[in-house]
Amino acid sequence: MSTGMTIDTHEEIGEINKYNFRTESTAVFKARKGLDKDIVSQISEMKNEPQWMREFRLNSLDVFYAKRMPTWGGDIAIDFQDIFYYLKPTDHQGRTWDDVPQEIKDTFDKLGIPQAEKKYLAGVKAQFESEVVYGSLKEDLAKQGVIFVDTDTAVREYPDLVRQYFGTIIPPADNKFAALNSAVWSGGSFIYVPPGVKIEFPLQAYFRINAENMGQFERTLIIVDEGASVHYVEGCTAPMYTSESLHSAVVEVICKRGSRCRYTTIQNWANNIYNLVTKRAVAYQDATMEWVDGNLGSKLTMKYPAVYMMEPGARGEILSIAFSSKGQHQDAGAKLVHAAPHTTGQIISKSISKNGGRSSYRGLVRVEKGSKHARCNVVCDALILDPRSRSDTYPYIEILDQDVTVGHEASVSRIGEEQLFYLMSRGLSEAEASTMIVNGFIEPLVRELPMEYAVEMNRLIQLQMEGSVG
Amino acid sequence: MIHTLTITNLHVSVESKKILHGVNLEMKYGQTHALMGPNGSGKSTLGLVIMGHPGYVVTEGSITLDGDDLLELEPDQRARRGIFIAFQRPMTIPGVKMADFLRHATTNVRRPDRKEGEELIAMRDFRKELKSKMEQLKMDPEFARRYVNDGFSGGEMKRAEILQLAMLQPKFAILDETDSGLDADAVRLASESIAEFGRDKMGLLIITHHDKLLEHNRPDFTHVMLGGRIVETGGAELAKELHANGYDRIRKAHPDADAANRRMLQDDVAAELATA
Ligand SMILES: Nc1ncnc2c1ncn2[C@@H]1O[C@H](COP(=O)(O)OP(=O)(O)O)[C@@H](O)[C@H]1O
Ligand SMILES: [Mg+2]
Repeated sequence: MSTGMTIDTHEEIGEINKYNFRTESTAVFKARKGLDKDIVSQISEMKNEPQWMREFRLNSLDVFYAKRMPTWGGDIAIDFQDIFYYLKPTDHQGRTWDDVPQEIKDTFDKLGIPQAEKKYLAGVKAQFESEVVYGSLKEDLAKQGVIFVDTDTAVREYPDLVRQYFGTIIPPADNKFAALNSAVWSGGSFIYVPPGVKIEFPLQAYFRINAENMGQFERTLIIVDEGASVHYVEGCTAPMYTSESLHSAVVEVICKRGSRCRYTTIQNWANNIYNLVTKRAVAYQDATMEWVDGNLGSKLTMKYPAVYMMEPGARGEILSIAFSSKGQHQDAGAKLVHAAPHTTGQIISKSISKNGGRSSYRGLVRVEKGSKHARCNVVCDALILDPRSRSDTYPYIEILDQDVTVGHEASVSRIGEEQLFYLMSRGLSEAEASTMIVNGFIEPLVRELPMEYAVEMNRLIQLQMEGSVG
Repeated sequence: MIHTLTITNLHVSVESKKILHGVNLEMKYGQTHALMGPNGSGKSTLGLVIMGHPGYVVTEGSITLDGDDLLELEPDQRARRGIFIAFQRPMTIPGVKMADFLRHATTNVRRPDRKEGEELIAMRDFRKELKSKMEQLKMDPEFARRYVNDGFSGGEMKRAEILQLAMLQPKFAILDETDSGLDADAVRLASESIAEFGRDKMGLLIITHHDKLLEHNRPDFTHVMLGGRIVETGGAELAKELHANGYDRIRKAHPDADAANRRMLQDDVAAELATA
């Protein structure tokens, strides 16, 4: 077993991807390429799963075969038989921070990645400072009955809880990629917060270091019980490689009465990745669900976090940022379903397109019958940095009841020559001025991020912007 | 050395429209010049061209600072050399806090050789200086946390421009109608603070229609622009006369320039009709 690290040097200068890196790991077990019943059964077997999960997977595979590819969004050219669907990472590599090549450390510094995350990314699994910190947090949480494990572990250790909710918010038949994930999923986070428990600090995926939580087909399930609250932060802003070009996750969140959940994701994918993610939450009476979603990179991202407001007083908020550059298409948006009276929704979407990149906002607001006094507001702003880049807006609004308030504002702007001139007349270089304008544009969202992520986000934008002008 | 800004036979066009037809003007550090003239005569254009606005093409003539050609420099380089304009219509930059913007700007202007990404001036010193200058301008400290010109009233915008002048301490500053849209008290405050921060500490080119702004900034020279040229230059008394009597005498004395001015305005109307 050996682990080596290579720096990808073939990327274009000036793009974020010059900082890409990946870890080559030799797997203990690697299913052969391709997708069929045998592979799916094998995955289930390797994981020692109960019968019901094995059946769930196999049924999902049939659904996957039956479902057609989405006919909207972006162009998807994936050869499903040319993918490894399961790769069990080697356990306990024992790499230390000292083993990590200087070049990579420098890159992390450049990106301003938090120390804990750096180590995680570099595959440091021993001497992990945060593990100590997290260890005591974990104890604290455990005392209160909070469960925070990877989903594979959850299936083994909390089978009843998992079985009760798994696949109920996003059934395999929801869409082709949800079906695929349901058949071959691996890793992801499972969180259960008992009634009344309010977790004050954000739970971060990278603390959960032994898990396979950055897989291609991760599966996350969060249950926030009555009156409880949690903020979950996932992903990281360093470019991520998966061994294959498809990332297809499913995230299900259940917010019971009076509870609150915020789910923050910042993802920056390498240019070859199809990132096709289904994220959906249900919010019951007076519960609040917030999605904060930042998407950078990838070849194509299709992601529309959804909140179904099922009972009176439920709130759903979705904040999303997309940044697309050369060869990238971000088809991102949001979906809000008002299924009860006095429900409140908000969508704020910001997209930036640069250097030939393409960003689309695709959003659906649906107010079901019997949802009087529902209120919803949608704001989507697009910023286009040069004439080669593109932005589109596809807002769908379906209102099936009366006495509802739905607002929609959309704006598309180009970085104005006048704004640039204004800043430059105060001594800012053209590059500094554009970066400042872009950072200002996404400020309303960055303000919502935990501090270290906000800093990272700004740096990332700066790296994306570097060398783009002049 | 006494710094000198020299504009020689400046001709400027936008698209194919000629706006300035041979402007000559020399300013020395410490002097105050008033620039007056009817609407559409080219005053703002002159200011924007000195600053380096990319929308204007200089077809002939030169602008030099202490003998160095300014025309070949980008606006940020000109700012770092000590040129400043308080805009007639400042731009809004949503999401960018005044304080962040000003710290960047102040750093670059004070350290003209700073490269992108290099350190900014120390936060503490900067804050202290900003705070005291804002107090002098009777600005709420909250102002520093607001987004650049976002939701500012007309008066706040003009005050913010003066604040920038105070922070950047240029060698030459153009003030383009920094008094327009302000009430009497606000104009007095603007006049006082320009005197406080700018008078004798830089060369001032004050573009105005009134004499209030000049109250505390008595001009050493007054220039009158008409039809894209400076047609008369006098002292402080010329500004008073124009404010009292308007431009009729000037128009009669310079019928060619007057005709050019009217033509430009007619073009504007025609252009507006065409796009309407
Ligand atoms: N960017 C521009 N595009 C087209 N016409 C312009 C532009 N800037 C100025 N002009 C025209 O040039 C003339 C002078 O304008 P300006 O310099 O703003 O005059 P003033 O400031 O003296 O009122 C006007 O006719 C105006 O419409
Ligand atoms: Mg003007």
